[in-house]
Amino acid sequence: MNPTQLADQAALLAQRAFDLADNARALAAGAGPVAEAVEPFVFLFAVFLMACFVGYYVVWNVTPALHSPLMGVTNAISSVIVVGAMLATGLAFSGWAMGFGFIAVTLASVNIFGGFVVTYRMLQMFKKKVR
Amino acid sequence: MSASLTSLAYLVAAVLFVLALRGLSHPETSRKGNLMGVAGMAIAILATLAHANMSGVGYLLIVLGIAVGGGTGTFIAMRIQMTALPQLVAAFHSLVGLAAVFVAAAALNAPEAFGIGVPGHVFTESLIEMSIGLAIGAITFSGSLIAFAKLQALMKGSPISFRFQHQLNLGLAVLLVVLILVFIATSSQTVFWLIALLAMGLGFLLIIPIGGADMPVVVSMLNSYSGWAACGIGFTIQNLALIITGALVGASGAILSYIMCKGMNRSIFNVLLGGFGTDTGGGAAAAAGASDRTVRSGNAEDAAFILKNASKVIIVPGYGMAVAQAQHSVRELADILKKEGVDVKYAIHPVAGRMPGHMNVLLAEANVPYDEVFELDEINSEFSSADVAYVIGANDVTNPAAKTDPKSAIYGMPILDVEKAGTVLFIKRSMASGYAGVENELFFRPNTMMLFGDAKKMTEQIVKALG
Repeated sequence: MNPTQLADQAALLAQRAFDLADNARALAAGAGPVAEAVEPFVFLFAVFLMACFVGYYVVWNVTPALHSPLMGVTNAISSVIVVGAMLATGLAFSGWAMGFGFIAVTLASVNIFGGFVVTYRMLQMFKKKVR
Repeated sequence: MSASLTSLAYLVAAVLFVLALRGLSHPETSRKGNLMGVAGMAIAILATLAHANMSGVGYLLIVLGIAVGGGTGTFIAMRIQMTALPQLVAAFHSLVGLAAVFVAAAALNAPEAFGIGVPGHVFTESLIEMSIGLAIGAITFSGSLIAFAKLQALMKGSPISFRFQHQLNLGLAVLLVVLILVFIATSSQTVFWLIALLAMGLGFLLIIPIGGADMPVVVSMLNSYSGWAACGIGFTIQNLALIITGALVGASGAILSYIMCKGMNRSIFNVLLGGFGTDTGGGAAAAAGASDRTVRSGNAEDAAFILKNASKVIIVPGYGMAVAQAQHSVRELADILKKEGVDVKYAIHPVAGRMPGHMNVLLAEANVPYDEVFELDEINSEFSSADVAYVIGANDVTNPAAKTDPKSAIYGMPILDVEKAGTVLFIKRSMASGYAGVENELFFRPNTMMLFGDAKKMTEQIVKALG
């Protein structure tokens, strides 16, 4: 075989390969998403587990002298539940849900403000020795 | 605001909350930490307010709720006395629990607001999460109310126990699980509120058998519950900020409970099953043998003389100091001694007081610098080199029987080695035994001087005698 014939055959083969690739792509597109979507719960659960670990290590680092302020702060931040209460109040069509949401917003707000303020008061008192 | 942007804002809030806890690793960084917590909360609230589809009435109600609740919370937190901190925290926990119950109720009535279905047809998965959040929230609510009542002395602090108590609790817990299964199958409103009521009853029954001095564990545990309740609701409404924060708080409370239990050398189950200190045979036997032993008691002048001649004094405060509001006079005493050149330190047992870290806050309130206050592990070896241990309002945490008497109810509990000090000055109202019902053999040691009287008055008298 001379070099020209060889080149022609190579070009033909390349063309066929392109066509095959095109076909494969079309088939793949028709077949829809290949990977199954992960349930949102699994994702949220992963976040939850990681947060547990973060909490574990961060809290062991809290100095025992500040355990009371720690309770004050955790109290305040756990009231981020106010977010759920706000969504219920603002987005609900049902009067009941709005009412429940409103009560929850009020209760959680007592905690948010109360928790942060009392923690602030506690921390203000911790002073170093004046030398 | 797009959903992704809102989620990102929640994530930022959660990170700020982690940093807030991180700040508490040292008093110097703690104030900044608290501010980060405030910033995180502000971001979470603003991101939620920026939701495009909120109704006008909704906005109005939200602002009203925040104003009323926030005003009340600020007012209470500004006014509360530091000695009343434990009951305040307990009351706050109950509010988190109740808020969780109401958010769950709102989610059941308006699932469309959270994208978890339509009224009457909530996703099964969400119903499971909702019922868990609801049950934990309701238990937290009623349990914290009881803890509050006990700490505020609205009800007796002593354990309340009756026959078949544990069987009853177990039965109710089983019933609760059955109701939750029925709820998941039917998504009925009636069953929802039945779960709430039953869980509240259970929370009530779980806390009444736990006695006064076990309150640090109870308060920590309820702290943990409030976190898990928030978590359950977070899963229900698929909110990242809530899930992360709930997990942080849940972990925090669990660790504090663990530290408190270790401070008493008791398992968490032992504390939760309750009834501690009611019928300890060993305590009664020790009390019977006590009458024929002699106790050396002294007055303020004697104490002042001993203190004046000391070169190193360690002060051991306990709950009695808080009750008598004696922290300010104690600091006055310490100031006088320091002026005389005496080395003064404070030693704090992990379970002193009615909540973790309570004594540290009270001392800080009385302007005691935090670098003079030490934890058990840090200071225990120093008692042998101290001339005087000044025990004020503490009892069981100084009882050497914990080290020597395997029959004692408190055997194995880590204690402050006050008996190794040259002289132990023990302020106490009477010879009554401590919370654990155990006689403190420290009273009968030759190097112990009992100072009978009110903690505050006695300290004031000593201050006067020194001056």
